[in-house]
Amino acid sequence: MSAPAMKTPVLDMRAISVTYGGRVPAVVGVDLKVRPGEIVGIIGESGSGKSTLAHSVLGLLPKAASLQGEHFDLAGTDMLSAGRGTLTALRGPAAAMIFQNPMTAFSPIHTIGRQLTELLWRDRDQATGQKRERIVAALRDVGIPDPIGKLEAYPFQLSGGMLQRVAIAAALLMKPQLLIADEPTTALDVTMEAQILHLMRTLRDTAGVAILIISHHLGVIAEICDRVAVMYAGRIVEEGTVETIFRQPGHPYTRALFACEPALIPTGARRLPVIAGEVPRPGGTGCDFAGRCLFCEERCLNCAPPWATAAADPSHHSRCHRSMS
Amino acid sequence: MSATPALIEADRLSVQVPTGRLPFSQKAPLSILINVSLSIRPGEIVCMVGESGSGKTTFGRALLGLIKPSAGSITLDGAALPDFSNRSFRAVRRQAALLFQDPLSSFNPRQRIGAMIAEPRRIARSGSTRMQDIAALARQAGLSERLLARFPHALSGGQARRAAVARALSVVPRLIVADEPTAGLDVSIQGGVLNLFLDIREQHDTAFLLITHNLSVVRHVADRIVILYLGRVVESGPAAEILASPRHPYTRALLESEPVPDPARRRAEPPVIGEVPSIAARPPGCEFHTRCRHAQARCRSEAPRLADGPGDRQVACHFPLPEPQPAARGSLRLVSN
Repeated sequence: MSAPAMKTPVLDMRAISVTYGGRVPAVVGVDLKVRPGEIVGIIGESGSGKSTLAHSVLGLLPKAASLQGEHFDLAGTDMLSAGRGTLTALRGPAAAMIFQNPMTAFSPIHTIGRQLTELLWRDRDQATGQKRERIVAALRDVGIPDPIGKLEAYPFQLSGGMLQRVAIAAALLMKPQLLIADEPTTALDVTMEAQILHLMRTLRDTAGVAILIISHHLGVIAEICDRVAVMYAGRIVEEGTVETIFRQPGHPYTRALFACEPALIPTGARRLPVIAGEVPRPGGTGCDFAGRCLFCEERCLNCAPPWATAAADPSHHSRCHRSMS
Repeated sequence: MSATPALIEADRLSVQVPTGRLPFSQKAPLSILINVSLSIRPGEIVCMVGESGSGKTTFGRALLGLIKPSAGSITLDGAALPDFSNRSFRAVRRQAALLFQDPLSSFNPRQRIGAMIAEPRRIARSGSTRMQDIAALARQAGLSERLLARFPHALSGGQARRAAVARALSVVPRLIVADEPTAGLDVSIQGGVLNLFLDIREQHDTAFLLITHNLSVVRHVADRIVILYLGRVVESGPAAEILASPRHPYTRALLESEPVPDPARRRAEPPVIGEVPSIAARPPGCEFHTRCRHAQARCRSEAPRLADGPGDRQVACHFPLPEPQPAARGSLRLVSN
C-alpha cells in the first residue's frame, strides 16, 4: 500500500535535534513526515535515539533535554513555540502514545474503568453513562472480551496482551490523528504480538489513524509499515518504502542489521553474524557508522555523508558516500 | 535414542503451588508443571519453548531445585537424587549454572564485575581468583577487561549478559540453564551471545537448556526442542524436524506467529487468537482446544496423551498435523537480498 503523498502531514519535522544537558546529542537533524493513514516505522539499535525522537513528538522529553529545529508541526500546531497549555491540549486529540510495558502504563491502584474515564476529562458536558458507553465500545473495538466486566478490573488482573489492548483503546478514545507506539509488542508473546499488530493495522484501515511505530524487530516493521526510517547514532541514515528498505537496502548499516536478523539467516549457519562495536555518541565528524562499516573509506572518516536521493526512486534516501557513486 | 548417557534427566517432574492465603487452606493446589520429562546429554542444546505462563521458567528452576518439585525424579549422571532436599540438589548445582532472564537484577549492585565473576570460585574453593585469571574468563565471554572494575549499573544490556556468562563459566559448568538469553538484546549482538554458547559447548562439552519464546533464535542453535503449553509437553523432538514439520497445531501456530521480515509475506489474519488460559481454570480435554483451528468434539472431552511418534518425536494431539507438511510458512525462510 503506497502512502497518499499529497495530504498534509500529521507530523512534519525538519532538521530536529535533541540535546541532553546542553552537551550530549541524542537526535541530530532529523527530517520526518507522517501523513494521515500512514504507518511509519523507525528501526535501529538501542542508543540510536528512536525513543527520544518519539517522546519529543508529544513534548515528553525530560527537563534536561532541549529541542531545536527548523520546523516542527503536529496536526497543524507549531510545536517549536508551543507552551505547556498547548501541549496538554494536543496530547490525546492530536497524538497519543502507547508504551513498551503495558504493566507500568497504568496506575496499579485504580480500576481500568476509572482510569479510562479520567482520560475523557475534556468532555465535561458528557454524562458519566455516555462516557461509560464510549469506553465499553472502545474496549470492544480492540477485541477485549467482556468489556463491561473489565471496567471493574485492576491492571494486575489482566495479562500483558490484554493490558496493551486497553492501552490502545485508551489512546483511541481521544480520537488521535497520530498514534505513537514505542516497542508496543516487545514485552508480549509472539502469538499476542501477531494479534496486536493485526489490531493496529485494522485500526488504521477503519479509523484512519496514522501510526508511528518504533521497533528493533525487523519482522514487526515488515508486518505493518508503509514507510521505514532507519536510525543510527541520532540520525536517520536511510528512508524509503517498506518494500525498498527490505528488498534493496542501500546503507551499509541497514544491510548489516538485516544480516543479523535471525529469521533471515539460512538454517544451518553455525556462526551467527554480529555488528562489531557499539553505537557511538552522536555528532562526530565524518560518518557515524564508519567505525563499524565494512566499506569504510577515507572520506567516510573525514566528511559527513550527505542525504542523497536514489536516482531510480525519489522516495528512497540514504546517508552514505557510497550511495552517491 | 543415542548411546551417550544423559547428563541430567527429569522424569515426570511436577510443580504445584498452594493457593489460598492461609497455610492450611482447603483449596486445591495449582499445578504449574505436570509430568514433564526431559533428558539432556552432554554437549546437547535443548530449547524449551512456550508462551508466558507455560511453565518453562519453572522447569528450569525446578531442575536446579530453586523451586521444589512436588513429584517426579531427577537423575544426575545415572544416579537418582534421593529426595528434593537442598542437600540433594547441591550435587546438581555444582554441575550447573543458571543465567537469569534479567542479568542486571542477578548482580549485586555494590559489587564490582570482577569480584562478581570470581565469587563462584571463592565459594567452591576451586580455581584461581587472581585478577589475570578472572580477566581471562571475561575475555572468553567476550567481555572487555576494562569493565571488570565497573559496577553493574555501568554496563549495557549486552555487556551484562556477557558478565553473567563469564560468572557462569568460572566453575566450568557441565550444564547451563539460560532463561531468555537474548531477550532485550539488539539483533546486532544477539548473534554474539549465541556464538558464545556454541563456543562454550565446543570447548567444554557443556550442555544447554535454553528457555525462550523466540523461535527464530532457537532454529540456529537447538539440537532438540520441547514445546510446553500450560505446564505440559505438547511436542518434542529433533529441532530440524520440528521446525520443518510441526505436528502439534500449537507448535505450528507458534512458528507462524513469528513475523517474517518480508513485507511481501504479511499475514491476513493472526495465526492463533486469544491467550493462554489460566492454570486455575484449565480447559477440559485437550487444553489447547479453545484456540485450536482443528479442534473437534473429541478434543473437548478427552485429553490426548503424549505419544511417541516416528524417530525421536513425541506429540500430544488426537489429530496431529500430517507428516510431510506442505511448506509451513514458518519453515520457509530465505535470504531476500
